Amino acid sequence: MSDAAPVPERPRLAPGVRLHFDATRSAWVLLGPERIIEMEGPAHDILRRCDGLHTLDQIIDELAALYTAERAEIAGDVTDMLADLAARRMIAAA
Amino acid sequence: MIRAPDVPPPLGLLAELTHRCPLACPYCSNPLALDERGAELDAGTWSRVFREAAAMGVLQVHLSGGEPAARRDLADIVAAAREAGLYTNLITSAIGLDAPRLASLQRSGLDHVQLSVQDVDAASADRIAGYDGAHARKLAFARSVTELGLALTVNVVIHRANIGHVAALVELAASLGAGRVEVAHAQYYGWALRNRAALMPTRAQVGQAMQAMDAIRAHYRGGPVIDMVVPDYYARRPKACMGGWGLRSLNVTPSGRVLPCHAAETIPGLEFWSVRDRPLAAIWRDSPAFQAFRGTQWMREPCRSCDLREIDHGGCRCQAMALAGDAAAADPACELSPAHALMQALAESEAAVPDGGYMYRGRAVRA
Repeated sequence: MSDAAPVPERPRLAPGVRLHFDATRSAWVLLGPERIIEMEGPAHDILRRCDGLHTLDQIIDELAALYTAERAEIAGDVTDMLADLAARRMIAAA
Repeated sequence: MIRAPDVPPPLGLLAELTHRCPLACPYCSNPLALDERGAELDAGTWSRVFREAAAMGVLQVHLSGGEPAARRDLADIVAAAREAGLYTNLITSAIGLDAPRLASLQRSGLDHVQLSVQDVDAASADRIAGYDGAHARKLAFARSVTELGLALTVNVVIHRANIGHVAALVELAASLGAGRVEVAHAQYYGWALRNRAALMPTRAQVGQAMQAMDAIRAHYRGGPVIDMVVPDYYARRPKACMGGWGLRSLNVTPSGRVLPCHAAETIPGLEFWSVRDRPLAAIWRDSPAFQAFRGTQWMREPCRSCDLREIDHGGCRCQAMALAGDAAAADPACELSPAHALMQALAESEAAVPDGGYMYRGRAVRA
């Protein structure tokens, strides 16, 4: 596992990275160069909003509404996940 | 043996579109006997293979060779892979791919480009590739890749001639805009075995290169992703070759034979099936070559009772064949293998052989 990196203000999937529904395993996966990451929990709902248009705050707002959860708790989860993916070059700035 | 339906679906497919290649790298791991152009699968057959692969669970296809750009129908093949739903990676030397052709591959849906680079200095790089002017064309190609907004990996195979330059090679890759760098220590299969004594670094050189990699990883934290294929001739434990034989990926040769790994044909007596004769899923599940070393039942001691048998899968079957003379033996890279001392002695004695030039495929003279 790599270190965390700063989350871009308007995150998007990095070049060469895309979401794909894996019908064989019935799961969303994030595909990149020599990388296959299975999406667990709310990961797909977060990443499909990483379109270079949503700000990090908007992504957190929408997830908090979608999961009817405490915003602070959601903010921590979303930021941790995106910081990890930023360190692995799977997301980038718009 | 793992029996159907317990065979897991594969994740990756290496599609060797052709064995033709303008370069003559001494570490080429393709076999000594190459598939002829006339025997190559046509684009329509590749399209069927990609659809079958996607249907059985493959997520990524690596279009490789030889040089895939030697295929005039490469754009059709890329389009077919993408239409099948596969993440499409092109593994290329850049020779034969100008910017307009690359743009057409992008329009066909190409996801990612992996470019090989041989060294930092053009004269050395061209000597290794056996091709004058290759390095300059690679640098220009890398610029085209990033200008088009395509994702770029730079791959460097490491051996005696460039092992002192690993840090500079990572810097070069970063300066070219690579999001990922692959530092792959040479593996000695196929043609590479003929050049092992000219390629083998010393134990001290390997140690220095590993230290240099630690430093450059720290330096590039937040920069390009750096992946490494570790050198195993001086190792104590074997690599988990292919993530396990017949567990994660499969390889289709230019003429359609389906192999559990790139070098599997170096193992005598294995029966390979072809996509010309059978569906890919049946080959993956039932072909004798895939069943031969899948799971742990084929293992002997010291692998059979080893706590790591599900982790490293006994290492590499082809290396066990090449160095221990038995594909079902433990990989001699493992210190528990009876052939381990022999492997290390062999590496040390070959690393001490003075530079005498390379044997280039298809060329009579050493240079």
